[in-house]
Amino acid sequence: MVLAEKHKVVIKQNIQLDEDIYSMWLEDSYVAKNAKAGQFVSLYLEDGSSLLPRPISICEIDKELGRIRLVYRVVGKGTLAFSTLKGGDEITVMGPLGNGFHLEGKNPLLIGGGIGIPPMLELAKQLDGEKKIVLGYRDSIFMSQEFEQYGKVYISTEDGSAGTKGNVIDAIFDHDIRTDMIYACGPTPMLRAIQAYAKEKGMKAQLSLEERMACGIGACLGCVCKSTERDHHTNVNNKRICKDGPVFYADEVEL
Amino acid sequence: MNTNVRIAGVDFKNPVTTASGTFGSGMEYSEYVDLSRLGAVTTKGVSSVPWAGNPTPRVAETYGGMLNAIGLQNPGVDVFIERDIPFLRKYDTKIIVNVVGKTLKEYCEVVERLADCDVDLLEINISCPNVKEGGIAFGQNARSVEEITSQVKRIAKQPIIMKLSPNVTDITEMARAAESGGADAVSLINTLTGMKIDIHKRAFLLANKTGGLSGPAIKPIALRMVYQVANSIQLPIIGMGGILTAEDALEFIMAGATMVAIGTANFINPRATIEVVEGIEDYMRKHKIDHISQLIACVK
Repeated sequence: MVLAEKHKVVIKQNIQLDEDIYSMWLEDSYVAKNAKAGQFVSLYLEDGSSLLPRPISICEIDKELGRIRLVYRVVGKGTLAFSTLKGGDEITVMGPLGNGFHLEGKNPLLIGGGIGIPPMLELAKQLDGEKKIVLGYRDSIFMSQEFEQYGKVYISTEDGSAGTKGNVIDAIFDHDIRTDMIYACGPTPMLRAIQAYAKEKGMKAQLSLEERMACGIGACLGCVCKSTERDHHTNVNNKRICKDGPVFYADEVEL
Repeated sequence: MNTNVRIAGVDFKNPVTTASGTFGSGMEYSEYVDLSRLGAVTTKGVSSVPWAGNPTPRVAETYGGMLNAIGLQNPGVDVFIERDIPFLRKYDTKIIVNVVGKTLKEYCEVVERLADCDVDLLEINISCPNVKEGGIAFGQNARSVEEITSQVKRIAKQPIIMKLSPNVTDITEMARAAESGGADAVSLINTLTGMKIDIHKRAFLLANKTGGLSGPAIKPIALRMVYQVANSIQLPIIGMGGILTAEDALEFIMAGATMVAIGTANFINPRATIEVVEGIEDYMRKHKIDHISQLIACVK
């Protein structure tokens, strides 16, 4: 059991990748040493009026240099504040948190949608086998080239400006992609579609979920999702995304 | 230096406990703090049967605070007795069980089930703003406060604390009703009902529309209410509402609280409880206070 204590780290680099999308490398040897693909960290704000940490998934882990990379979208005042930080600035982190992906499958299919794309990068790096990677965007493309060294990349855009016009499922059909294990992170409607697709094809899928969180460690019950079976901890059909997830097998949860 | 306090014949090693619902039954936080350093652990609300709580989103940040509408999700009293009490008993701390129900009968069922259990006090939650039935419905009318207090008191084997809502015209009226109903102590404040709207989605941020506001934003209100209640009843008070630091806790103690509870601060800093305990000790050392009782209600 890795204890995720709050600690201060130095920002190595914080750069803009696309409109509203930023990439931050942190000098965090503790998280780098202990983190698994699919886990997340809580990032804290210095402004005392913003109390709650922001959960951000880990995009890359560099164990050798003791660094982690977070790619995040500016969606509110917390992430906006993160975007203004510079290399050399300090930030408070708690992590690694959550369970992470189980590495399995001979020809895995990785699916990322929007800001669900970044955590698939470390997973792509760690997974063995012949990997296929489907990245879904609304319009503007980011990070897709970084995936190319790890497998065959397919793109979908809602406006049709690149790759398959439509969503990630359209891209899967378009290219007749076959797999024995799906990994996915993205907006809930996308995960719901993948869950239905996996069920129809009788395939296993690991889905990384997102929800508004408070404590990040399983105590406040703010970020639950419906589970198919009665959960051993909560004794109701609710699992805690921060503690029992964020990664669940598709048949464990109701979306 | 002595930090011992006593409520209804129960001795606590220090005046610091946890605010119900922010600390589970202590399992998650036991990785961060030695629960034996706390005066007591106050558990999340326990009902007669498991409750699934509200749909998500259940939490939202606000300026200097947060809203929650968890809806009292809990595993039910049977699992609580089987799993959580033995867990907490491994530590040298007192156990305060927060009790919830949809009806008076349900509150009484939980109190009866706990009667022969090894717990120290019961905190009766008549102030949760996030459930349709029960909770706050019992806490906004003096007559019903007195009624539920006396009914629970009749069957309880442990001392009872009535947890009061700030969502009332005059909290001292509710405190007096709890006192006349036979309560052994009162705790205050629960959260203030609030709301947040997502202007981009043009929708309520919380699935429940409204939620309970907590955190430092409510501290001045909580402090004022603790002071008012301390001056209108004889019962000991557990004060809470936005305590982040030992300084905050000392304000509540000086305003008249015998104990204080740490809530939202746990989400920001898992070690908040211990830091408050240590900060109070530092203050006493620095100011040569021999006994914490010298500080309780010292500001008149």
